[in-house]
Amino acid sequence: MAYVIPTHPDEPHHAPQSFWTRYVWSQDHKVIAVQYGCTAIAVGLVGLVLSNLMRLQLGFPGQFAFIDAERYYQFVTMHGMIMVIYLLTALFLGGFGNYLIPLMVGARDMVFPYLNMLSFWFYLLSVIVLMASFFVPGGPTGAGWTLYPPQAILPGTPGHDWGIIVMLVSLLIFIVAATMGGLNYVTTVLQARCQGMTLLRMPLSVWGIFVATILALLAFPALFVSGVMMLFDKTLGTSFFMPSLVSMGQMSAHKGGSPLLFQHLFWFFGHPEVYIVALPAFGIVSDLISVHARKAIFGYRTMVWAIVAIGGLSFVVWAHHMFVSGMNPYFGFFFATSTLIIAVPTAIKVYNWLLTLWRGDIHLSVPMLFALAFMLTFLLGGLTGLFLGNVSVDIPLSGTYFVVAHFHMVMGVAPLLVVFGGIYHWFPKITGRMLDDRLGHLHFWVTFLGTYAIFFPMHYLGLLGMPRRYHHFTDYEFIPASAHAFNAWITVIALIVGAVQMVFVFNLLWSAFRGRKAGPNPWQAASLEWSTPETPPAHGNWGPELPVVHRWAYAYSVPGAPLDFIAQHAPPGEGGAEPTYGGSHEHLGR
Amino acid sequence: MNTSAVELHVPDGVARERALSAGLWAFLAVVTSLFSLFLTAYVMRLSGPDAAAIEMPRQLWVSTAVLGLGSVMIQRAQLNAAGACAVGFLVAQWWAWQALQADNVVLTGNPAASFFYLLTALHGLHVAGGLVAWANVQAAPTPGRIAICARYWHYLLLLWVVLFAAFTWITPDVARAICGVSP
Repeated sequence: MAYVIPTHPDEPHHAPQSFWTRYVWSQDHKVIAVQYGCTAIAVGLVGLVLSNLMRLQLGFPGQFAFIDAERYYQFVTMHGMIMVIYLLTALFLGGFGNYLIPLMVGARDMVFPYLNMLSFWFYLLSVIVLMASFFVPGGPTGAGWTLYPPQAILPGTPGHDWGIIVMLVSLLIFIVAATMGGLNYVTTVLQARCQGMTLLRMPLSVWGIFVATILALLAFPALFVSGVMMLFDKTLGTSFFMPSLVSMGQMSAHKGGSPLLFQHLFWFFGHPEVYIVALPAFGIVSDLISVHARKAIFGYRTMVWAIVAIGGLSFVVWAHHMFVSGMNPYFGFFFATSTLIIAVPTAIKVYNWLLTLWRGDIHLSVPMLFALAFMLTFLLGGLTGLFLGNVSVDIPLSGTYFVVAHFHMVMGVAPLLVVFGGIYHWFPKITGRMLDDRLGHLHFWVTFLGTYAIFFPMHYLGLLGMPRRYHHFTDYEFIPASAHAFNAWITVIALIVGAVQMVFVFNLLWSAFRGRKAGPNPWQAASLEWSTPETPPAHGNWGPELPVVHRWAYAYSVPGAPLDFIAQHAPPGEGGAEPTYGGSHEHLGR
Repeated sequence: MNTSAVELHVPDGVARERALSAGLWAFLAVVTSLFSLFLTAYVMRLSGPDAAAIEMPRQLWVSTAVLGLGSVMIQRAQLNAAGACAVGFLVAQWWAWQALQADNVVLTGNPAASFFYLLTALHGLHVAGGLVAWANVQAAPTPGRIAICARYWHYLLLLWVVLFAAFTWITPDVARAICGVSP
């Protein structure tokens, strides 16, 4: 298999031979994708365990003495940071992005393979540093995942000494990793597409990951800025964010800093971050729905423009996370308006998914089940977002479990369902074997119904006024006994959902070696990654000749065609070309 | 729409340079985002009541001139002279730091000084990165690769001029005026 890669943008190189260069110090995007994926899943399991520990305390307060208030806040913080950054961001961009972009656009690899390898190793280093914070004196930071100063670095907050420093250093390393990867993804999409693969023929998965990567490249600097300045405040004694204050009876050395400045910087990163996770999910779910409903995606071009519009708007809504910070009412009005405007392109996407399903030949395969569950979960989480986007509704609800329910639905569970759907969908390409279907169904139903049972009741708890961020709810008269019963119920379900993820991990490991052999294209999908000469694809992906593309990736159920799909690289005479105007009608081809 | 080098049937070496060029534009967008956010934070923080203007050390004019000369040299593909200029710039910045330290302008306390040290350090790190790129070009100095490296250096010169201008003209009083804060 050691052919020279002829049109690789990098210097020509041969397929690596030794175990080390092939699987460890690999520059192959597919290996790097699996490395990213495995690391993200491993660290995600840590985040899952932390959430179950939190639930044990909330459901059965006082019964688990080792979960004291300090540990509880440390669990909250680490759970949030792990899930948002080290699991979801890394898995969507480093995992799915790395695997899918070159295969879907017909490239042999990323354009900067060495940088791509460095990206993974920096990511792994950031994860190791993050995990090290469990073992430093004082434990990890318990400042909450937003790390707001001044409390994040003051005595009284768990991990204010070492934990916060380790967390900030880990984040800075992660940002370097994400930037190195991101430059690769953007440049590969722009420069290494095969012949015929115009931008408006790319699968929506690539569009979602591409725009999310641009968001990451522009938004992570805001986290970098706030991280560096907080690190200076903590270690060198500057006062970027730290006001003068009396802490534990002592006047601090800081003066004049602006905690509000940190909030602006953090959320200028934090809100695009929501879409860094959501846009790849939107793209992937569009492809899953189209493939498993055997129907062209409805309104392809509006889907692309909606992704771009959401990406642009995501930079002008950040202060809706700060309505309770005491801002000028006109300021709040602007951000409430921009927040509600984002609902327009998002609603377009939801309608287009629905209209793709309409009269489709829906196959309820495991990836499709996850895609449908995503639509329901995202819709629900999005609707409560409309509540919270209004200042007057947000202010009373902001400190309650309503917010916990909202963001877990919309950016926790919904993208995770897509991650699962995507893994079930592309696993046969990655390993050449199918994931077990029965275990998949078990995993799906328990996860979907379970997460609903966990987070739906939290809306009621929030409306009831149950505050978030509390370690325990005993001795608060306004919280009725029914709320405690609810909390116990949520905890039991959370433990079950947590346990069933082990079934998924088992399925991954078992099927990778013992699973049923998959053909090169088990889902009969039209996009390019399913037409590699070998499965799993060899180094260089395409054999001696690069593919040539003649149509979009959504030529399904084309009337008159011998099969119900036409591959993107099939000869032009086979029809199934994309509509020449923005519409989504059933095109007759030719 | 077509941007792909593969689609345009360009030879491998050219495709590589096109990819590097596109990658550099993307990286410049990242650096622009980074320093824009720093400058925004700078204005917001300097509007605080405790900020006081600091006198810019004269050495900065030397470093500006040297960095400008470096840009000219790399544009003319005189790589050794360009490299010397970039090193000279870093030395001159260090010299400026020493001058400020001698004037008792320290990192902590006045946010104008904190930002000055932080942003000059970060810009210096980017110039050091430019030297790494320069060393890579030295290994295989094709006109295309020199041009890509030169673009990054020109950008760093522009960035330095913007930072220098901000340090000089956006004093705490100006920052308060921008933020609408009464002194």
